[in-house]
Amino acid sequence: MMLRSLQIEPEKCTGCLQCEMACSYEATGLFNPAKSRIKVFTFHDAGRFVPYTCTQCEEAWCMHACPVEAIVINEATGAKEILDDVCVGCKVCTVACPFGTVNYDTDTKVVAKCDLCGGDPQCASACPTDAITYVDADHTGLERMRAHAAQS
Amino acid sequence: MAWTKKVLRVNLTEGSISNEPLNMEWANDYLGQRGLATKYLTEEIDPNCDALGPDNKLIMTTGPLTGTMASTGGRYSVVTKSPLTGILACSNSGGFIGNEMKNAGWDMIIFEGKSPKPVYLYVENEKAELVSADEIWGKSVWEADEILHKKYQDPLLRIAAVGRSAEAGCLYAAIVNDLHRAAGRSGVGTVMASKNLKAVAVRGTKGVGNILDPKAFIKATNAGKKVLAENAVTGEGLPALGTQVLMNVMNEMGAMPTRNMKEVVFEGAGDISGEAMLEPRESDGKPNLTTNAGCFACTIACGRISTIDRNHFTIENKPEYWGNSGGLEYEAAWALGSDCGINDMDALTYANFLCNEDGYDPISFGSTVAAAMELFEAGAITTKETGGVEFKFGSAEALAKAAEWVSTGEGFGKDLGLGSKRLCEKYGHPDLSMTVKGQEFPAYDPRGVQGMGLAYATSNRGACHLRGYTIASEVLGIPVKTDPLETDGKAELVKAFQDATAAVDSAGICVFTTFAWTMEDIAPQIDAACEGDWSVDRCLEVGERIWNLERDFNNAAGMTAADDTLPKRLLKDAANVGPAKGRVNDLSKMLPEYYELRGWTSDGQLTDETRTRFGL
Repeated sequence: MMLRSLQIEPEKCTGCLQCEMACSYEATGLFNPAKSRIKVFTFHDAGRFVPYTCTQCEEAWCMHACPVEAIVINEATGAKEILDDVCVGCKVCTVACPFGTVNYDTDTKVVAKCDLCGGDPQCASACPTDAITYVDADHTGLERMRAHAAQS
Repeated sequence: MAWTKKVLRVNLTEGSISNEPLNMEWANDYLGQRGLATKYLTEEIDPNCDALGPDNKLIMTTGPLTGTMASTGGRYSVVTKSPLTGILACSNSGGFIGNEMKNAGWDMIIFEGKSPKPVYLYVENEKAELVSADEIWGKSVWEADEILHKKYQDPLLRIAAVGRSAEAGCLYAAIVNDLHRAAGRSGVGTVMASKNLKAVAVRGTKGVGNILDPKAFIKATNAGKKVLAENAVTGEGLPALGTQVLMNVMNEMGAMPTRNMKEVVFEGAGDISGEAMLEPRESDGKPNLTTNAGCFACTIACGRISTIDRNHFTIENKPEYWGNSGGLEYEAAWALGSDCGINDMDALTYANFLCNEDGYDPISFGSTVAAAMELFEAGAITTKETGGVEFKFGSAEALAKAAEWVSTGEGFGKDLGLGSKRLCEKYGHPDLSMTVKGQEFPAYDPRGVQGMGLAYATSNRGACHLRGYTIASEVLGIPVKTDPLETDGKAELVKAFQDATAAVDSAGICVFTTFAWTMEDIAPQIDAACEGDWSVDRCLEVGERIWNLERDFNNAAGMTAADDTLPKRLLKDAANVGPAKGRVNDLSKMLPEYYELRGWTSDGQLTDETRTRFGL
């Protein structure tokens, strides 16, 4: 099966946070942006909204850093997933991640990160402007190529 | 469910905070937000209390859909008695703080009394405390926002605050949240400042749940989002041009109030339109509009994020205004622009930034400046009052000065902060005030759109377009096209819009959804979220109950049928050009029928039968 990646195009984002609600609802059953694994950052002066989440590194720093092997690869999706019942909450992965996309949750006492919702990422489904899409992992640049091709 | 069922009560006089369960009996009758908070307020305050005294209360309120994935489900309202109109104030805002209140676990925050010293309220989930506002009192909203974010080292803190205009007593001061969204109308910010309450800072991490039938809710909200995306107004017009999509449309209809509503067509409308906001500037090649933006949960995203030309006279030496902020909405562009005869978009954007920075309503401000300009040209106001500024129609310099004065209350800003009605009375020309019940008009000339005249005259918060937006029908053909110059059938149309809007507001969603949604789209979302059967009919009944409750309070506060009127200019002076040429607003043809449809007496009082019908 074709692997897919989340593709984020900030210039399309309006900052509505539907993605944060969808993510938290999938993960916790509540609409709770504070618990979202994807975050939208507002750069007020620049007039920009930028969604950001885990890119599912191939050589995942978080996974290598974990001392109890609580982070595993989902072979079907390529996602690096947290095993909640194995995680001991040491937070080493949160330090190891260069992008800050693994975070500790003081309520659950384990870390949380994007798991691509098992292959049906809810953030992408909820995004009203296609700023977040779930595309062929081998061709994340396809639409940009198409746009430039159209101008050539 | 969907309500958190918890109310935070803050006694500012005592400095004490308590919490109590939400009155679910009232929630069943009034749904939430606007309706439910109005029920609380009308039960708790004397209609004749001084709006700026300790006996008035101020309620910040969310609806059952606030904080959910329902599109636009981020709205909150501020309900209090207005110092501008002396009747109910209910101002609705988007942004993000409504969701944050809900996530912190509160449907409503009720402020009562008056703090002996300036304070702000800090809320972090269950924790709520009043904190000395020494470091932010006397600061603008933007400064206060920055200081509090730094103090708590929390970029996700959501803040609503009043600016220096409110502290100085401007009667149309707003409460600004998230830097450029505002509970804008009727002086709700003035009330907040009168209580020595500078800001409310909220952080909520509990999550919003209590959805009665989550599966049905996701299905209904997804269906709603699809309707919004596929609709020409909500899916294309509003994201691309914002509410400014209307500037050229209304002008072409001959319903663009111009120069204090003396005229109905503005020759400079094209220069300040939504389309003009997309045109690259000569100086830097950038357009006024940087991007559109959504409030919390909004899949329409009509918000404007703009910059001012750095070479413009208003900001050439003020780098603090060189970045992006909330840009012109149609109402602001009209009030600051065509009503003042000004076609300088950068000047309008600058004035709009200042309205946000120091928290005051651009509609009332622009209309008051327009009235002052007419008074100036009539010789009733001179350069003596204006500190030497030639206060003439078309002067961008005068507008910029006026905004700087009202921001701080200095100089002529004190007079301008009175609003149009009191300003015109003070300078001996009450007829020049374009207001109903003391509140300034929005951007639709009722000579060219007859139903809007009735909507203005009967609005429960004074002249207002958001209490019964018949423009949808009379101009845009939503849900059905009616002739804007016709009066027949308008009483029924106005009533239908007023009732539906009251229900929409009370759910916690944005009224702009109703360009695409009917109650058939909205009721299933409420019904899936909330316990009880929320059919279309019940939603409309709740809307009508709310309207009657509001009216009843206003009557008790001293309003009479004589106040359900329009300025003479709109009833006597015919439109001079355009499709409505020769027409005045024929209010008298619509008003009696409206009273009858409402179940009110000929002098605008609720009949016993109406009272019984709605349990009032």
